[in-house]
Amino acid sequence: MSDQEYIPKSKAAKWFNDRLPLLTLGAHLTDYPTPKNLNYWWTFGGILTFCLITQIVTGIVLAMHYVAHADLAFGSVEHIMRNVNYGWLIRYIHSNGASMFFLAVYIHIFRSLFYGSYKSPREIIWILGLMIYLLMMAAAFLGYVLPWGQMSFWGATVITNLFSAIPLVGESITTWLWGAYSVDNPTLNRFFSLHYLFPFLILGLVVLHIWALHIPGNNNPVGIDIKKPSKDTVPFHPYITIKDAFALLVFMIIFAGFVFFTPNVLGHSDNYIPANPLVTPAHIVPEWYLLPFYAILRSVPDKLGGVILMFSAIFILFVLPWLDTSKVRSAVFRPIYRQFFWILVIDVLMLGYVGAMPAEGVYLVLARVGTIYYFLHFILILPVVGLLEKTDPVPMSISEPVMTGGAEPSLARKLNEKV
Amino acid sequence: MKKFSISINKIIILLFLAIKPLHSAEMTDPIKMDWSFKGLTGTFDRASLQRGFQVYKEVCSSCHSMQYLSYRNLGESGGPEFTEAEVKAIAASFEVTDGPDSQGEMFTRPGRPSDMFVSPHPNKEAAAAANGGAYPPDMSVLVKARKGGANYIYSVLVGYEDPPPGVTLDQGVYYNKYMIGNKIKMPNNLEDGLIEYADGTVSTVDQMAKDVTTFLAWAAEPELEERHRTGVKVIIYLILLTTLVYLSMKRIWSRVDTEI
Repeated sequence: MSDQEYIPKSKAAKWFNDRLPLLTLGAHLTDYPTPKNLNYWWTFGGILTFCLITQIVTGIVLAMHYVAHADLAFGSVEHIMRNVNYGWLIRYIHSNGASMFFLAVYIHIFRSLFYGSYKSPREIIWILGLMIYLLMMAAAFLGYVLPWGQMSFWGATVITNLFSAIPLVGESITTWLWGAYSVDNPTLNRFFSLHYLFPFLILGLVVLHIWALHIPGNNNPVGIDIKKPSKDTVPFHPYITIKDAFALLVFMIIFAGFVFFTPNVLGHSDNYIPANPLVTPAHIVPEWYLLPFYAILRSVPDKLGGVILMFSAIFILFVLPWLDTSKVRSAVFRPIYRQFFWILVIDVLMLGYVGAMPAEGVYLVLARVGTIYYFLHFILILPVVGLLEKTDPVPMSISEPVMTGGAEPSLARKLNEKV
Repeated sequence: MKKFSISINKIIILLFLAIKPLHSAEMTDPIKMDWSFKGLTGTFDRASLQRGFQVYKEVCSSCHSMQYLSYRNLGESGGPEFTEAEVKAIAASFEVTDGPDSQGEMFTRPGRPSDMFVSPHPNKEAAAAANGGAYPPDMSVLVKARKGGANYIYSVLVGYEDPPPGVTLDQGVYYNKYMIGNKIKMPNNLEDGLIEYADGTVSTVDQMAKDVTTFLAWAAEPELEERHRTGVKVIIYLILLTTLVYLSMKRIWSRVDTEI
């Protein structure tokens, strides 16, 4: 790392720091040289940290009042809403917080896709991020089961039943997951236990994610390697901290809008009906953030095929750094990839939309087209475009284009000609 | 890039417009009412809540439970706000099973404000058995548990009609144009002048439906008024803080040659 050796001023501090270099760590985090041209898409890392901490803090308080029992869970949530001081606020922050967390993580992931942040030398950051994302989906699913409403129960039934598609041992695995012969009280108990565990695993991975980030340093909108520290960088504090704080506050305004004025709009009304194993809801739909994968799952007529495809849709992202053959990181200088990026965004949004609709007629057709395209993007388009695309000239450093007003490709080209 | 993404947006919008009509429901859309509790600063109509409670008590409560509410809630701010004496009298008008006593026997006593609403039936099965096999749902969170919320509940209450020709109904099933599938097992329990409102309001079907829906909306979200009030304060605070942080950010970043 490019940090200079940190020497504490006082003797006591030096004594402590020699034994546990927390002060060195603090100095590193403060001085950490950050590209000065980061745009607001780069503020979502801080926002996500805020989301995780919010979920953990509100979750710990909710767990003090919640009862993980099939007969009592629904009532205990109502108890939180009605009798616990500000229980409604804590619960609505937690339930909407999950949605805000995913909103932020999707922006964060697509930021990475656009600016090529997953490419060498940042593959490990990317893979750690995907592991966080996987755990987030698991934690969110487990948490959605806890209120023990109709969608909780039937969502849990649908998702756990996916494992029964595994040949030979599928049924046994499903029974093992349930701890019973159907989704029942033991299932709720273990889901609560795991829901409490996962955020801390995520927290651990976040530490590794940031650690791995601090080795090569941040990517940036221009996507080029920069000297650190240099006139292309600013110290993390106060420049990035204040900018992250500003972006976080804007995010919090939107968050508060949901919590205080439409706290249930992102949920499903059926989840205010207590779980009933004898009555199946007309349409079982997961929360919005899982819908694209739900659409992929249902687009295949074969259950095992659907499950394989759905998991592949996530796991293909793990090899993304090696599927993308382009040497240029940022889509700003990749005119062809840029267009396919936006098509992918639209494809995923469309999959999310059809995931919420019944799997029939035109929705099924769209789900299939969307699924095929999703995989084509990664397996075919990315490697081929990377090889064939004529990229725009990339500037030598970020200082020049930035000084003259932004990293426009045309501008960069002009600058390059001058060089 | 811009040109491209705009044209894609148009395609997507057209696509969704094309899809929308295919997604037709098998029921009439609920009537859109102008509820006082909608909007950013919405509050409940206190008189309507009190009348709504009366409708619940005299009509609904013979079949429907509201097991997550306590009588004390009726006196809390943001709700019907009955006086303390009224709440005590309301609670005392119900027989509550308590115990076991020191002899191990269960006994009944008049209700207290701290008691939960007394359910008409001892359990779900008994409730279903007494209602032709259809369990009358608990109404504590009913408004949140139905797509369309208060509009839907109100619409169903006023949506009873004679079945159109060709539709035959089994015994104990009624036609309601706002119900999913148009068939409902709850009979039309409201008729003009059914109850005598304590405040003298004329009890038309429409009035009772509105009042009891308001009451149920409060029951489902007793925190609504506090939530709206707090929300306005929180957002004003956040906007002020955001402005200050924005100005600080501008100031700090003016030291470097980068636009922010």
